[in-house]
Amino acid sequence: MTAADEEDVHRTIERIARESYGRLVAYLSSHTRDLGGAEDALSEALIAALTAWPRDGVPRNPEAWLLTTARHSLIDFIRHQQVVLAGEPTLLLLRENPTEATLETKFPDERLKLLFVCAHPAIDPAMHTPLMLQTVLGLDAARIAGAFLIPPKTMGQRLVRAKTKIRDGGIGFEIPQDHELLQRLDAVLEAIYAAFGIGWDDMAGSDQRGRDLAEEAVWLARVLLQLMSDEAEVRGLLALMLHCEARRSARRGPKGQYVPLSEQNPKQWSLPLIEEAERHLADAAKHGRSGRFQLEAAIQSVHAERASSGLIDWEAIVLFYEGLIRISPTLGTRTGYAAAIAEANGPEAGLAVLDAIELDLVAAYQPYWAVRAHVLRRLGKMREAVDAYDLAIGLAEDPAVREFLLQKRG
Amino acid sequence: MQFALLIYESPEAFASRNDEIDAYTGAWRSYYKALVDAGVYVGGDPLQVPETGTTIRIKEGKRRVQDGPYADTKEQLGGFTVLELPSLDAALDWAARCPAASYGAVEVRPLAPDMKRRVEE
Repeated sequence: MTAADEEDVHRTIERIARESYGRLVAYLSSHTRDLGGAEDALSEALIAALTAWPRDGVPRNPEAWLLTTARHSLIDFIRHQQVVLAGEPTLLLLRENPTEATLETKFPDERLKLLFVCAHPAIDPAMHTPLMLQTVLGLDAARIAGAFLIPPKTMGQRLVRAKTKIRDGGIGFEIPQDHELLQRLDAVLEAIYAAFGIGWDDMAGSDQRGRDLAEEAVWLARVLLQLMSDEAEVRGLLALMLHCEARRSARRGPKGQYVPLSEQNPKQWSLPLIEEAERHLADAAKHGRSGRFQLEAAIQSVHAERASSGLIDWEAIVLFYEGLIRISPTLGTRTGYAAAIAEANGPEAGLAVLDAIELDLVAAYQPYWAVRAHVLRRLGKMREAVDAYDLAIGLAEDPAVREFLLQKRG
Repeated sequence: MQFALLIYESPEAFASRNDEIDAYTGAWRSYYKALVDAGVYVGGDPLQVPETGTTIRIKEGKRRVQDGPYADTKEQLGGFTVLELPSLDAALDWAARCPAASYGAVEVRPLAPDMKRRVEE
């Protein structure tokens, strides 16, 4: 086999690992509830593939090959541990369905269960997103740590702790029942959106890390939609993220400068992504059940209309924000509402909304100070505006945003 | 809990301190103001450029003097800030907002008050 062939096989393994990781971990752990064990077994299978596939060729059903190999190492591991009491039924479960050994059978997709396990109320909400990124997408702890601004060792320990709780804490691998479903689904959606938000905020022009994480979040939402196509909010979330994705290349100028949404050139927006977002939003509306993500997507949809109308319907945006505030009056929503009011009803009205937000909540909340600075400047209150700009600059992480605000501050 | 943010900067960053345009100093001025406003600032100072440093060792009873900073690395200690914060998480948040995080590096280190107490006894 030539070096080029070998590289080909490696790329195949990489692709299969990416596409099948979550399915395999979900299936392997749905019997044992042992996510760590399933991940270890799968890594061993992937290492085995790196030796076997370049030598013997890529198997006809690579996913089944990985599953069988991983399952063998899982059985070996359980035997080795001699966890007789817990182990015997597990071994039986792992051995069930002998036809699977033929490498042909399809195995059920348990990723939905896994998503609900990761966002289980018994797990620290701060760990929902990291768990999903690791178990469903196979991201390593160091990369997740970077995205969450947590020391890698700490993130590794927290992930292990969460997995131990899943294994030993009786958290069921199941899809919640009707009455529970919506609430539990919210946690899943929140976790996916958190990954997207981190990727989005971090996306300073050249920062590949943030860009990847936003893509991973879109991927997760697509997986979820595949598994729950009737849930309007799943479509809402996907529509929201696609609208943001559509503007990716317009968010930075040629020298990497920050370009605010209202100054972006709509010609640089991706029309196919906008159209896809609009389709999901329209489909979601058919269910007649509104929700946070549909409203947020609707706001982005109004902004996207500027591509054809050249205008922004701020009154419509204000209405959507009012709906959002009724559902979840987060700091971000209230700040966005103030900005929309300032556009629709004038800066005076916008400032009044900002003033109504408790000061101790916003002390370190950068977007609040950026909006406040902008509104004060429009009112001609330059001294106060400069103070607000200072806080917005001092709290900014993204150097492009910092530079943009420094110029506005003057 | 107190944390030190140790600011590491490249020669280019040190040089831009004297720029006519205010990007470097302006970013630091705003960052300082945000720290003070948030009530977390304890103290700190920028340092003169590394070439102004002199390093002393006593080896076998003899004084050894070296021109320049202790470590011969591209990025050099350019200053430090001490912050009062509830947790490492909060300290990392503030470090990420530090202008040097995007053009150099910021090391976050907890102070060692126990050691200080033992020394002061």
